[in-house]
Amino acid sequence: MGDRFESVVDVVTRLRGVDYLADPNIAGVVYLADKLEKPVLVEGPAGVGKTELAKAIAQSTGARLIRLQCYEGLDEAKALYEWNYKKQLLRIQADREHETSWEVVESDIFSEQFLLTRPLLEAIRAEEPVVLLIDEVDRVEIETEALLLEVLSDFQVSIPELGTIVGRQRPIVVLTSNNTRELSEALKRRCLFLHIDYPEIERETEIVRVRVPEIDANLAEQVARVVRSVRELDLKKAPSISETIDWARTLIYLGRSEITPEVIGETLHVLLKYQSDIAKARKELVDSPGERKPGIASAKR
Amino acid sequence: MLDVLQGFVHELRGAGLPVSMTENLDAMRGVEHIDMGDREIVRAVLGATLVKQQRHRAAFDTVFDVYFSLFSPAADDRAALDLPDELFGGMSGDMSGGGAGGDLSREELAEMLLRALQSMDVDELRRLAGMAVSQFAGMEPGRPVGGTYYLYRTLRQLDLDDLSARMMGQAQERGQIPDDPLGERLAREEFEGRLRELRKLVEEEIRRRLVADRGVEAMARTLRKPLPEDVDFMHASRDEMIQLQRAIQPLTRLLAARLAQRRRRRHRGHLDFRRTVRASMAYGGVPAEPKFRRPHPSKPEIMVVADISGSVASFARFTLQFVHAMASQFSRVRSWVFIDGIDEVTRFFEGTDDISEAVHKVNTEADVVWVDGHSDYGHAFSVFHDRHEREVTQKSSVIFLGDARNNYHASQNWVLQSLQKRARHVYWLNPEPRGYWDTGDSIISEYAKYCDGVFECRNLRQLERFVTTIAEG
Repeated sequence: MGDRFESVVDVVTRLRGVDYLADPNIAGVVYLADKLEKPVLVEGPAGVGKTELAKAIAQSTGARLIRLQCYEGLDEAKALYEWNYKKQLLRIQADREHETSWEVVESDIFSEQFLLTRPLLEAIRAEEPVVLLIDEVDRVEIETEALLLEVLSDFQVSIPELGTIVGRQRPIVVLTSNNTRELSEALKRRCLFLHIDYPEIERETEIVRVRVPEIDANLAEQVARVVRSVRELDLKKAPSISETIDWARTLIYLGRSEITPEVIGETLHVLLKYQSDIAKARKELVDSPGERKPGIASAKR
Repeated sequence: MLDVLQGFVHELRGAGLPVSMTENLDAMRGVEHIDMGDREIVRAVLGATLVKQQRHRAAFDTVFDVYFSLFSPAADDRAALDLPDELFGGMSGDMSGGGAGGDLSREELAEMLLRALQSMDVDELRRLAGMAVSQFAGMEPGRPVGGTYYLYRTLRQLDLDDLSARMMGQAQERGQIPDDPLGERLAREEFEGRLRELRKLVEEEIRRRLVADRGVEAMARTLRKPLPEDVDFMHASRDEMIQLQRAIQPLTRLLAARLAQRRRRRHRGHLDFRRTVRASMAYGGVPAEPKFRRPHPSKPEIMVVADISGSVASFARFTLQFVHAMASQFSRVRSWVFIDGIDEVTRFFEGTDDISEAVHKVNTEADVVWVDGHSDYGHAFSVFHDRHEREVTQKSSVIFLGDARNNYHASQNWVLQSLQKRARHVYWLNPEPRGYWDTGDSIISEYAKYCDGVFECRNLRQLERFVTTIAEG
């Protein structure tokens, strides 16, 4: 049982200490992950702070962050371990003159000093506290996913030449997914599931204020409100939190203290990245902000 | 507590959520570590352990609200303890009745709500929501109506539109919102958000009282709603439509990724003679290492012919949207819509990424009425045949969408017969339950004779299964 955090409130305060504002849901799951020693699978739209969460946990618990970036074609050699082939070859060549027996050489070249540890093994063998981040796990093939299962459920790996290596401690493991494909049931079962969505206005305002300290409260709130309004539109890619922050910074650099349709028009490209989205938002917010499509978030029914 | 939890898990499974043994155990271990008094944390813990798909979250939240409604902060603690009398005190519409705050008039209550909404005082709002429910919902113990009915009655009396307008008006008077369209828009969105919050509180309150009256399990069962992938296209409510709309995009993306991956991994293609000979040079001319071509992915061309008359319009809309969203998986997607006339609508989908916009255009701009605007499959099909017969080739799969309710017109099923000879496959998707086929004016079996497959397609799950089959060729 982990004891990195004392209570859910403790999670909130400590994450806050490293500028990560967690809502009750996030904090509750992080607390549970520590207590149950289970990995957390974090899902949600791009740019809502999934990776950031892992970094914040590491920083707030004083642990080292070990990151495994997933991509299509990731295999054992890149995720787990690899023998240092070149070094082994040198070792054998250096031995030529001494006529040592093959057994000796073999036991020698398959020893720890010829082992190249990759992120997963590194996390398992770590002496000091670590947080393991497996980023964008939805990008690996299903076969590779299976490789993760042993690591995630028992926190151990088997290396044929060395035997099974069992982790000395249970780090917090965070997996992130952009949900480009359905992850296997087996993987999901082993994880706690956390969906992070775009934040509420109050939380986003706070995030902006924490991340862009020079902004004044009023402008920060306006920023959050305009961004929410933009997210209500039917867009290809809604603005993420990081884009909100970028936008707030842009406004500061431009010396704007108030948001008017003109200001939005000038800086919309910071918030939105598709031409069609920019055009749509411009039409809605800049040209005729008074009108609106019926039906969007109608309060009535 | 464990009993409540087991009942809860049982109900989740009843609602169609796959909750495994391990997950159940995790949930039980999980709640040991937290303070059961904090509802949001309990929700977080149970949600994280029991629900592993975001699209099931709404179903989870409903069940959670029912099961843990008695733990929720009550509008008035006294009322919560003293159940039947207090809860159903203020009787239907009758303003003078007893119960909490029963002697307030509608105007007074509206005034108080307005103030609470302006300061966004949630506790006060909750108290007022409780009062409103006592006064307007007219709840009677044991009466077998759903919560929606009470919700409707309460909200009608509260008149949210009026509240919203008054909030706007007052805020403007006080100069709290800048006097420009943008400021107004933002303010309006803000107020609508607050009203949604109020609506939520009213719902919560009604649910709490219903649970107190009928018991948790009965209540959860009445509130059970199909998961988005099981919603019937033909009978979807407006909210469900919106849900479906949202579910489509991610679903097509997942499906496309899965198909692409499967296609890539499928066995190698034909022998590549040239490269094999070239490789054999290394072995003195012995072809020791055969080389293969990369498999050529055969992508079918899809032709969708959809009935968009009233009864099946929403089904056609979703299917068109789904198929066009999957366009990358096919060499080409063309579509036609008809009622009694037929019109090609491919142009609306091509060159735009906004598929819902395209569907909107289909609904408004396509020329589909020939005589009277009642479905006439026979006429539409024969026109299709005259115009496009030649374009149907061995590569095309033709998919017909509709309930085959032909208003007793001639079926003209020779069209399908002729198409079946030319096309790779002819399929028919029918949004009606199988039991209704061939009843009344439905003549599906007339057409089924010449189809390679006729499928019942009532929800996203069935639609997804069908698209997988055709995309795999």
